[in-house]
Amino acid sequence: MTPEKPNKPPKSLLKSPLKVVNVGLEGFADDLARQKTPVVRVQWSPPAGGDPELARLLSKLGG
Amino acid sequence: MSVVINEVRRGLYLDSVALMRMSREIAALPEVEEAGLMMGTPANKEILRNAGVLDATGEAAAAGDLVLALRAATKVIADDALAAAKKLLDQPKQQTESGSSWKPRSLRAAMTLAPDASLALISVPGDFAAAEARKALSLGLHVMMFSDNVSIEDEIELKREARARGLIVMGPDCGTAIINGAPLAFANQIPRGRIGIVGASGTGIQEVSCLIARLGGGVSHAIGVGGRDLKAEVGGISTLQAIDWLDEDPDTDHIVLISKPPAPSVVNAVATRIGESKKSFTVCFIGAAHTSLHGDARLATTLKSAAELAMGKKLHAHTAHVGKGAARGRFVRGLYSGGTLCAEAQVLFRDAGVAVASNAAIPGVRKIASGDHGHLLIDLGDDEFTRGRPHPMIEPSVRDQPLREALADPSVGVILIDLVLGFGGHADPAGHLASMLKGRMGEGPIIIGSVTGVEDDPQPLAAQTRKLEEAGVIVAPSNADAAALALRAISD
Amino acid sequence: MSDIASRIEAANAETLRRILAADPVLVDVIPAHEALPRLREKMILHAGPPIEWARMCGPMRGAITGIAVFEGWASDLRDAEAKAEAGAFQFEPNHHHDCVGPMTGMTTLSQPLLVVENRAFRVRAYCAINEGLGKVMRFGGNDDEVLTRLRWIRDVLGPALGAALRDLGGVPLKPLIARGLSMGDEMHQRNVACSSLLLRTLAPALARKVSDPYALSAVLDFIGRNDQFFLNVAMAMGKSISMPAEGVKDSSIVTVMCRNGTDFGVRVSGLGKEWFTAPVEMPQGLYFPGYTIEDANPDMGDSAIVEVVGLGGFAMGAAPAVVGFIGAGPASRAADFTHAMAEIAIGSNPEWTIPSMDYAGVPTGIDIRRVVDTGVVPMINTGIAHRKPGVGQVGAGTVKAPITCFEKALVAFAREMGVS
Repeated sequence: MTPEKPNKPPKSLLKSPLKVVNVGLEGFADDLARQKTPVVRVQWSPPAGGDPELARLLSKLGG
Repeated sequence: MSVVINEVRRGLYLDSVALMRMSREIAALPEVEEAGLMMGTPANKEILRNAGVLDATGEAAAAGDLVLALRAATKVIADDALAAAKKLLDQPKQQTESGSSWKPRSLRAAMTLAPDASLALISVPGDFAAAEARKALSLGLHVMMFSDNVSIEDEIELKREARARGLIVMGPDCGTAIINGAPLAFANQIPRGRIGIVGASGTGIQEVSCLIARLGGGVSHAIGVGGRDLKAEVGGISTLQAIDWLDEDPDTDHIVLISKPPAPSVVNAVATRIGESKKSFTVCFIGAAHTSLHGDARLATTLKSAAELAMGKKLHAHTAHVGKGAARGRFVRGLYSGGTLCAEAQVLFRDAGVAVASNAAIPGVRKIASGDHGHLLIDLGDDEFTRGRPHPMIEPSVRDQPLREALADPSVGVILIDLVLGFGGHADPAGHLASMLKGRMGEGPIIIGSVTGVEDDPQPLAAQTRKLEEAGVIVAPSNADAAALALRAISD
Repeated sequence: MSDIASRIEAANAETLRRILAADPVLVDVIPAHEALPRLREKMILHAGPPIEWARMCGPMRGAITGIAVFEGWASDLRDAEAKAEAGAFQFEPNHHHDCVGPMTGMTTLSQPLLVVENRAFRVRAYCAINEGLGKVMRFGGNDDEVLTRLRWIRDVLGPALGAALRDLGGVPLKPLIARGLSMGDEMHQRNVACSSLLLRTLAPALARKVSDPYALSAVLDFIGRNDQFFLNVAMAMGKSISMPAEGVKDSSIVTVMCRNGTDFGVRVSGLGKEWFTAPVEMPQGLYFPGYTIEDANPDMGDSAIVEVVGLGGFAMGAAPAVVGFIGAGPASRAADFTHAMAEIAIGSNPEWTIPSMDYAGVPTGIDIRRVVDTGVVPMINTGIAHRKPGVGQVGAGTVKAPITCFEKALVAFAREMGVS
């Protein structure tokens, strides 16, 4: 694997089976899991530990 | 003399809903006066400062730090409460099913676990939501943004980028969607059927989809687009995409479009698109005056009529009955958790020629002024009530104080309430409301409500309805019917 | 994507390409005075970023006094200390000389150095020979036993290894590492498979080149008894792989991580030779019986170069046994560490794979942007030295690279990219 290229054609939202990446409230992921909808949870925290100055630089530097 | 103690956990991030639940548990301990567990952002610190629970330790916290702040009657009680708070924080988290303790910290890493994922559901604080949405789009994911407080510039940029990539951004501030039968965020367990919904309003989608289910129908997909999609600046990008997709969707026969009144330029674009469609439409621009449509499209003025038009049948009149002029006080006080349900009630009042005011006024309705006394329909999900607190659909206690005031106000003859069930919502909103109304049978204002939900919801509809009825609430079959009953109760 | 972001992506892809294209071969063992053209009398190279005598930790000072006696620059340890205090020695980081060293990382003129040549880029990197376990100079040991062993390494082991390697025409390391990963090594805390594979390869050539059977026996026995013998080879290899990746304009990829017992230092490809430092952290881990965290020295060594190229903590999934050894949780969670490190790496190495993770490649190319963004810092597998010089190793564990290094580097990188 070299740096990943995400330029594959997008999956159709309505036609392909729903698989969710949950970023944020855990309860939403719990609900999906309870309904047997596949879900991957991101353990999100604010970028740069919440430091606004570093977050600002990061937003310009991308990545 | 009260004692304030603070503790700061450096670099520990927890989402605000989890923290608020803990805050409430700690604040409920005996002789604890106030408690707050919050991330140390300037806005949160101001809330804590105003609550009189912030000391120098908490003041020194940075945005990425967690502040535990509380005030109690004595030092001993404060220390015990702090210990209890720390116990809540540190209790072991649920294990993942695979036995692995690794949880991805980024969307990109999550994609290595689930390369076939199709949708990112984003509910991080608004300041960070656009950046996450951008990452999701670049990874080829459709996006549902539950987060609010995202700038309209970001919304436009994200939606344009999504469209260019063949993806959709549902939101920001998109509370509800149902994709392939799966309820996302705040949504109900609606049976699958042949009606597709496109909605700029979460509770609007919930009410219409629940009424469709009650009429024996079902939903193919419900696509949320966020409250600003039909504003001129955004131009209905997501709405038009959603219509395109449902138009091509073999599982969808009829499409219901729900929104606040759109910008005129957008109405034209949407009407033109509807005119080109192979499918029939029901359009509900809640609160709008006249709208001209093309093609096979009917106009609904309320959520209830939207569901009825889509299904081609009427909702059965319910046993709920209120005598004409039954109310003792003169005025109606509506205390809504659902913003669009509040708007729908305003439509009924306005169209009945009854002067009403609201904090979330629709066209033709007066904005509430301070000390306002007439008929008031209040959206408790509005920013002024939810700043630093959870939405009333998650935390029904947000309604407690306004409800107490209305119950004690002799000028109030009818209290109108809504209960929104489904995923994402509180586990037992009827039980909470019933506990508030205990011992008040037959006294004070008449309480009229409706329940947005279905039997298969995590909080089954029948049981919730029964709890309300046992607490003396008159439960109407729909929100529109509840408003109509209220109007009847105050009529001469 | 913004113009700046796409420039960085392109530069990072080039940096990663260089790392993955490396062809490291262990070619020789030669004295440091032959290997390092800028190394001089009374110059002592040490592990980690630059540091002066006054700020050095106990083990580092112990090693310096020991090596000064070994080189004949002081009559005894006390004399060496006085001279160090008086500024008689010049201290420089190994990394300023294409060189690396474990723990205290002493490199001076007469020591034999392993030579790894990255044949794809025609560069050479160097590392001293591993002294074995127990009381050794890399942990600050400096008594007669330590110095006697160093003399034997200089006079017998080094020349023997050099002759054998020249006879073999070098030992390609990339395939050797690949096999080691499939045998449970991660090349930092566990090198037992690679040490054995190397010895198996070297033994016939050593037998051809060492005529004295007692010397041959001693050489084979020394390597055979030391499970960490290969660590120093892996380190020189890591340096030889990362050297061509240095100085790629606009690249935010880490090219050096190291520590000197006082500071942790990081270098970034697009920022050339600049050091970004922060106080080094204490390792978290397990202690040998009789020792506790009270005895531990803050982390030391250039060995984190193996993490820079995707081994060590990044390859933990290959080495479940290490997880238990260093007290990092149940062995069944080994893959979690590799997954976590993948969060901050821009790619993975298709030639170095982990069988139990469905042959996923080790995460490679640490991006400072991802470190700062996620707050996930590189995890380094490490030995723990006693804080007093001369005692030696007291445990093993992991240490986290301090986030501050990466934050400082990010600010400098942003400035370099014209972002303010």
